[in-house]
Amino acid sequence: MTHHRGSARARASHAILVAAATAIVLGGGAGFAAAKTVVKWMHVETVPANLKVWEEVAADYEAKHPDVDVQLQFLENEAFKAKLPTLLQSDAAPDFFYSWGGGVLRQQSKTGALMDLSGAMNADGGAWAKTYKPAALNGLTFDGKTYAVPYRMGTVAFFYNKQLFQKAGVKAEDIKTWNDFLQAVKTLKAASITPIAGGGGEKWPLHFYWSYLVMRNGGQPVFDKAKNNQGDGFMDPAIIKAGAQLAELGKLQPFQAGYLGATWPQTLGVFGDGKAAILLGFENTEANQAKNSGDGKGIGAENIGRFPFPVVEGGVGKVTDTLGGLNGWAVTKNASPAAVDFLKFLTSPEQERRMAAAGMIIPAAAGAEDALKNPLMRQAADQLAASTWHQNFFDQDLGPSVGRVVNDVSVEILSGQMSPEEGAQMIQDARALE
Amino acid sequence: MTDLTATGVAGSVTASRTVTYKSPTSRGRLPVLILFLPPALLLFTLFVILPMGEAAWYSLYRWNGYGTPTEFVGIRNFTVLFNNGAFSQALINNGLIIVISLLLQIPLAIWLAMMLANKITGVVAFRLIFFLPYVLADVAAGLIWRFVYDGDYGLFAAIAGFFGVATPYVLADRDLAIYAVLAVIVWKYFGFHMMLYIAGLQAVDRSVLEAAEIDGATGWQKFRYVTLPLLSSTVRLSVFFAIIGSLQLFDLVMPLTGGGPSNSTQTMVTFLYTYGVTRMQVGLGSAVGVVLFVICVTLAFGYKRIFMRHD
Repeated sequence: MTHHRGSARARASHAILVAAATAIVLGGGAGFAAAKTVVKWMHVETVPANLKVWEEVAADYEAKHPDVDVQLQFLENEAFKAKLPTLLQSDAAPDFFYSWGGGVLRQQSKTGALMDLSGAMNADGGAWAKTYKPAALNGLTFDGKTYAVPYRMGTVAFFYNKQLFQKAGVKAEDIKTWNDFLQAVKTLKAASITPIAGGGGEKWPLHFYWSYLVMRNGGQPVFDKAKNNQGDGFMDPAIIKAGAQLAELGKLQPFQAGYLGATWPQTLGVFGDGKAAILLGFENTEANQAKNSGDGKGIGAENIGRFPFPVVEGGVGKVTDTLGGLNGWAVTKNASPAAVDFLKFLTSPEQERRMAAAGMIIPAAAGAEDALKNPLMRQAADQLAASTWHQNFFDQDLGPSVGRVVNDVSVEILSGQMSPEEGAQMIQDARALE
Repeated sequence: MTDLTATGVAGSVTASRTVTYKSPTSRGRLPVLILFLPPALLLFTLFVILPMGEAAWYSLYRWNGYGTPTEFVGIRNFTVLFNNGAFSQALINNGLIIVISLLLQIPLAIWLAMMLANKITGVVAFRLIFFLPYVLADVAAGLIWRFVYDGDYGLFAAIAGFFGVATPYVLADRDLAIYAVLAVIVWKYFGFHMMLYIAGLQAVDRSVLEAAEIDGATGWQKFRYVTLPLLSSTVRLSVFFAIIGSLQLFDLVMPLTGGGPSNSTQTMVTFLYTYGVTRMQVGLGSAVGVVLFVICVTLAFGYKRIFMRHD
């Protein structure tokens, strides 16, 4: 009921705003100095160094365009996702906001809350569109209409603590298959080392395991069929097998104590404090584990290794298939031309190089990855460049309701509360209700 | 949600008025009514009646919250709801919270009030200390307790470390999490009920107690046969607040567990938020709202009618 009140309140505040605006106009608006165009930029970034780079980019733009005032607005990740539907329909909607693409962006686009950018992108023979990697642009385009400006790409992969691996006698380069991985977990456990840092409290950090297992078992055809509700859907044997393998991992109790209540920052902290050997994380794990560790330094870049999610025996998926993010800036329908122009600036190869050089992102701008200095980021970019199938995060691609069920089910299967069949059925049921 | 109680109170008040008084218009108060009723009526309609009606309407649609709902699905949202394991758990938890409130929180509050109603030195300080948790914002209390329960750096970790036992991760444990939440609920709200009872106790005529004393009544007999009956209207009020408050519990649970692990600490309102708002299933969320509304109204009116008709 809260949101209904919210909308009523929004209406009331709208009325007040209108009244205030009228009062200003009647009160001789001519007396005011030329107002700046405010560009409201909503994001979920928490790393201070990255924010500083953004602020510099904004300052550079403002220097060239004195009539524009770029304002960064932060919302915490989970709060952001929950608040967005209400926000987009209110007068407080930002000019552009962070988007993970996929089903959520598609749903938002269908509601008319977003601006179709394809016209601007394709003007002058597609001059603007050509500055991005085609895969990035395609991922944010539905039915020929582009709804977000490509910003970054990413891959989810395993990161490991070299010292802990050495202590337990595990060699990362030997982990080629899922069974190798399970063996590594057992060896680490035998050496009294917590094998994996897991964020069960927020659920999505664990859904990466299920996602990758589905990709490795069934490959693209199986997932695409399930997503489009064809054939067996999520009841496909390959998907149920992925669930069984996930349950097998869960039985080994590989996670830190209390992982079911752990948030993602806490999980990064567990890895960063050297309390667990492995983390399935994003390309920028190095910076984030440092920030969330107890001493703020983490385990140090030289102590972090990286390896792709292994293949499963008898699976169709390849080790070169990647799961990861494709992020863009979705532009709201009432955004000012200045906002669009600023986005063009923000995601230009020049600025993306600057952010790549700072180790913030794997650029979505064409050719900008040459600026990546950080070796771990470079590895991620290379893996992306060689990707045979790049799949967006399942919980984003499948849309908010089915996506969240996937997150729930992943945690339930891992913690032994649900059988792989029950899990698959639950996702299929949610899909059928769409 | 607080409006619901307001509805209940206002409803029964008007009901009893019409019984006891003649129609107000017959006394020539029509102009007053025309003058003073519209503002309150308008606000009440706009912010209470209308949203409730909207929720009931949305609950019959599959709707993600954008634009206007168009896809009519009948009672499907309600079918889905009652077949949902997490919602059943939420109902059970709400029931458990009510039971604990009645069996643990209220007796505790009465006991403390009995001790603190007398004018002895330091009594004000103690009242303040016990009342303090209630003053705290729910979210802040939730965050504080999340830290207390934290198995790595929290108070529980320190206590466990002191005794050299393995740290319990209570909020990450399916079987324990709900009791951890219940403990916080009791801690948070007993002070409020205690204050109600202190006020009630101060209204108890001391001469009655003295008479009982002269008649040779023991301490327990004085409490059981004199104090408690004289306190009964306060008890009924306190129980009413406890039940309605338990049903609406939300902001304490969210920072503590967010309803997890495995939905074991879900309440009806956290369920509404998790499944309705964050999953953009406004139709389903509205269905939860309707169910919650029906339960609240039934309980509030039923309780008032049965237990509070003379108060």
